[in-house]
Amino acid sequence: MAAFFALFRRDLLLGARIGGGAGVGLVFFLMLVAIMPFAVGPDMALLARIGPAILWVAALLATLIGLDRLFQADDEDGSLDLLRMSPLPLPLIVLAKGLAHWISTGLPLALAAPFLGLLLALEPQALLAVTITLLVGTPALTFIGAIGAALTAGMRRGGLILSVLVMPLMIPVLIFGISATSAALGGTIPFMTPFSILIALTLFAFVSGTVAATLAIQNAEG
Amino acid sequence: MRLVAHDLSSIRSGRPVFSGLGFALHSGEALAVTGPNGVGKSSLLRIIAGLLPASYGKVTLEGGDAENSLSEEAHYLGHRDALKPSLSPIETLSFWQAMLGRPLVDPHQALMQVGLGHAAHLPSGYLSAGQRRRLALARLLVSRRAIWLLDEPTSALDASSEEMFNGLVGAHLASGGMALVATHTPLGFQARSLAMRGGA
Repeated sequence: MAAFFALFRRDLLLGARIGGGAGVGLVFFLMLVAIMPFAVGPDMALLARIGPAILWVAALLATLIGLDRLFQADDEDGSLDLLRMSPLPLPLIVLAKGLAHWISTGLPLALAAPFLGLLLALEPQALLAVTITLLVGTPALTFIGAIGAALTAGMRRGGLILSVLVMPLMIPVLIFGISATSAALGGTIPFMTPFSILIALTLFAFVSGTVAATLAIQNAEG
Repeated sequence: MRLVAHDLSSIRSGRPVFSGLGFALHSGEALAVTGPNGVGKSSLLRIIAGLLPASYGKVTLEGGDAENSLSEEAHYLGHRDALKPSLSPIETLSFWQAMLGRPLVDPHQALMQVGLGHAAHLPSGYLSAGQRRRLALARLLVSRRAIWLLDEPTSALDASSEEMFNGLVGAHLASGGMALVATHTPLGFQARSLAMRGGA
């Protein structure tokens, strides 16, 4: 277990230091949301209505940025070889890296969402709903993305292929994230119905993303 | 402890690299793997490290701790130094010590041994190629593993560092370890030789 936390800590540290790229996704998220009012126009009611969807789409795109480095950085400099020779099983290595990646890239998006929601004229209740759904949903995006990251680890400029590979798999998360948010703001379905499915998707992504990424790394060379 | 390779073959992308390779290595022995470029020296080391599947044949470790697989008993020093530019040498070694398990030498002391004591807290990105190589060598010291798989270990090392390297490997062998060294230059310690010839 010491190895798990050592790797987790190292990846957090690398993300936070210069060149780690943890801030890139957040800045991209901020830019996407900030230009939306200019594109849509000064219709406050319209902005408030599509605001949660804008935040979710922006969060999804911001997650894709930076995912390509999840395994590629370690693959390039040979660290991945050594990690594979450690006593820590490969699925746990993937899990530690994925969790650290989420904390340095996904969590800041969820925490920034309420502030950016103000730019989109969201009601307090909508701010809360979108923050909670992002908090629950962004780990799913990271771990689904980890599959693509593992498959493209050995590729130069693998980011494009990664996005094309994992984007379709992320759509269910997007759908239930946004429908849970709109359910919280009224409507016919109770909040917990889509929200439970969102939680289920996240739990499923933890397991399937970890296993699939492990297999991809194991079979990268042959 | 004995490392035995039996009838080992490697096929990469449909092209046979080597075949029918066998050797046995005992505790305290070193094996110098020599041969022209592309003959499969690196592939051989990666197969022993468990990073590459052998197409045929197998490598086994006899008389070791049954708890540890072969790849957990081996240190691998490849062409790439596995260093992060933003981590300092001391952070790097502490991390690998925790990651690889079975701590042996304290990271500070390991840095002293490779002559990097003064640079312990400098980001690794500032180190020269030779210093980076020495830091990569220090990684072998912080965790106890019986088999050292070294791929061109002395590249970028100057004469005095090479002497330091010979001393480290010598001490490792004296303590009952083993070393497989893929090399083009003569080694400064007693080693048996495995000459690989170009296959098909």
